[in-house]
Amino acid sequence: MTEKIIRHVLAEFAYQAPKIERGYANQTLYVNVATGEIKAKPVSEEMKFKFTGGKGFDLWLLWNAVNDNTKWNSPENEIVISSGPCGGTTQYPGSGKSLVTTISPTTEVITDSNAGGHFGPLLKFSGWDAIEVQGIAERDVVVIVDAIAGKVTVEELPDAPTDTHLLGAWLYDVLAEKPHEKYYIAMVSAGTGADHSLLGCLNFSLYDRKRQDVRYKQAARGGPGTVLRHKRIKALVVRAKPFRGDANHPADPERIARVGADMQHEVATWDPVQNRMRNRGTPYLVGIMSDYDLLPVNNFKFGSHPKAHDINGAYWETRLTQGLPDGCWYGCTIACAHAVDGFELQTGPYKGQRVIVDGPEYETIGAVGSTCGIFDADAILELNFYCDTYGIDTISYGNTIGFLMECYEAGILDLEKTGGLELTFGNAAASLEILHQVAQGEGLGRLAGLGIRKAKAYLIEHFEADPQFVQDIGMENKGMEYSMYMGKESLAQQGGYALTNKGPQHDEAWLIFMDQVNNQLPTFEDKAEALHYFPMWRTWFGLCGFCKLPWNDVVDPKNSKSAEPAKIPHHVQNYVDIFAAVTGREIDINDIIAMSERVYNLQRVFNIRLGKGLREHDYPPYRGVGPVTEEEYESRQERYDKQLREWLGLDPDAMTLQEKMAAHRKYRTERYEHLMDAVYERRGWTRNGVPTVEKLKALGIGFPEVLAVVEKHLQVEG
Amino acid sequence: MITLNKRERLEWQEGLTVQALLERKTFTYPHIVISINGIVIDHDAYAETLIPDEADVRVIHLIAGG
Ligand code: SF4
Repeated sequence: MTEKIIRHVLAEFAYQAPKIERGYANQTLYVNVATGEIKAKPVSEEMKFKFTGGKGFDLWLLWNAVNDNTKWNSPENEIVISSGPCGGTTQYPGSGKSLVTTISPTTEVITDSNAGGHFGPLLKFSGWDAIEVQGIAERDVVVIVDAIAGKVTVEELPDAPTDTHLLGAWLYDVLAEKPHEKYYIAMVSAGTGADHSLLGCLNFSLYDRKRQDVRYKQAARGGPGTVLRHKRIKALVVRAKPFRGDANHPADPERIARVGADMQHEVATWDPVQNRMRNRGTPYLVGIMSDYDLLPVNNFKFGSHPKAHDINGAYWETRLTQGLPDGCWYGCTIACAHAVDGFELQTGPYKGQRVIVDGPEYETIGAVGSTCGIFDADAILELNFYCDTYGIDTISYGNTIGFLMECYEAGILDLEKTGGLELTFGNAAASLEILHQVAQGEGLGRLAGLGIRKAKAYLIEHFEADPQFVQDIGMENKGMEYSMYMGKESLAQQGGYALTNKGPQHDEAWLIFMDQVNNQLPTFEDKAEALHYFPMWRTWFGLCGFCKLPWNDVVDPKNSKSAEPAKIPHHVQNYVDIFAAVTGREIDINDIIAMSERVYNLQRVFNIRLGKGLREHDYPPYRGVGPVTEEEYESRQERYDKQLREWLGLDPDAMTLQEKMAAHRKYRTERYEHLMDAVYERRGWTRNGVPTVEKLKALGIGFPEVLAVVEKHLQVEG
Repeated sequence: MITLNKRERLEWQEGLTVQALLERKTFTYPHIVISINGIVIDHDAYAETLIPDEADVRVIHLIAGG
């Protein structure tokens, strides 16, 4: 960079990075962008034992930072980011994730979201197990953790752009004194879409050495980007020193190397004949989901579409750049973080620019694509790129547009109300136009930017929408839009989505095949056990800095002969080994479940503290449970009629369509109630979904302030 | 008739192979384990393995999601 860059330092804190010991820096960083207070907080042995790291640290710091009345836009709400003790390991695939936690603008309870990219590990290697950012700045600021200079600053950079792809290119140039220093810079940012919507995502950067360019992975669920921009933060940046593969200073490096080599061999052997993650990434799922009637189409009305094969894994293999090491952290040989290079934008403020599109991931294809009836790959890439650079969650955005498209086709919206946009399923140009409006805070973009729950309320109040209809078809629970799997025929997945802490993101439990296809969870107790085990197991990845995909997306076929193939026992053992080898703390699977249960239950109590987190908040929309419309019923009439005969002993030939739909609705909603009872009991919660005092004490988190939250509810329940 | 995954009853016809069953059900996911009356069928033998009438067929998909 040749021009003079203006940097106003508003606050500064000098520090010396401690040596990392067995995966921990043993301190966290607190930054208040309003007051300029910056300080280190020690990490105690108890904090490590009870909360492990990652989301555990995030939640504990946030719990202590807010009060019972804190809202997403209160100054005391925080953005907290942590990787975890194993984050930054380079010998085992998928060991560099970061977890971000905050109070969500859409759910108004705790949201957590994970991302690849280099921020979490580089933050730790720069001396901090977590960063918590509090306050609302007066003007746009950038927070810079500079391990090379030994200081943390809050700075005003008036020339910094806001949209992520411009900001990243600019900031890396500003901060890297020599080109190779870019390898050790990472940032977290949002964009102009997050300024004007509640659906803001965070982009976590990494410097791609082969492409010599900045790339981004997203922590998107629940609107953390909106919180960042509301705090008037353009970016959180870390500028780390060069580091080596043993930067965690693990207790037993040889054990990591041994387990890592086995896993790398397994990936190299089996990925080419299984999911081909290294060539296709997660889009391998598109065609498969359509084949099994699980791909959301037209706002989750349908589960498959002939055109899904135009955008399936084989197609994306021809479209994604091949042959580059697309890991989102060093050492990930699964390398599924693909991109389309040199994509020429056709719309919007950056029309004509050639850009890198990070992705698309399966979830993005489902959200901005199939659930909106869009099967045009170029349109999906354009929507993907603009969502990212504007800092908007592709899942929530696409799902909201799918909902509004159905509202348009149902007559709730019309050309006048959409500002002239013909918002029918499949209209990619309309979706793109609305996306640009979101970034401008204009037109229908203002409505779409609210997300489904608040858009429903608006449609009821202003456009006389039928409350029951929009409640039924709006695919949100707790205020979060569903991720991209059809759960109508899997009761366990209905619970996997709605019996969650943060909302319907499949990262807690993904049980569709076990339940719907394999029939491995036939009873309520089986489903409840799975809805205990898998959410706890999956929570653990986010405590340690691990990615879930190497657990289950490449598996040696000998796993099928194990006692419980769905759990993939030999990979569970790998994680036990890696955790013990990094931290020096020997554990087994029971310890893993207990570590997660502490954090999971604390999150549940946190939601209750914020006024939610009870049974009434755990109901799915009926679109996620059964057929809402006659069109939906008729599209699967044979299946639904058969179910009436087999499940309910009814004769569908003697029933009207309305009677058949009513019978389904009664049966399906009642069995969901039974599932809730079974799951709450298995988790050690009351019928109202409240963790009991005994449970919290047994987990070692029976702190007075935690017990005080549940005791109020337990007294009411009697 | 055959039973699929302890739940679904499906028509059987003479000459029904494992491969034909997979195609009929659109079971396209590549990572599966198939057993007929408790005996695991080798992946390479799907095309020629016949499914007998009244067979207990299990097609277990080893997919655990994102
Ligand atoms: S498996 Fe994919 S998402 Fe996970 S760490 Fe590796 S590249 Fe990133």
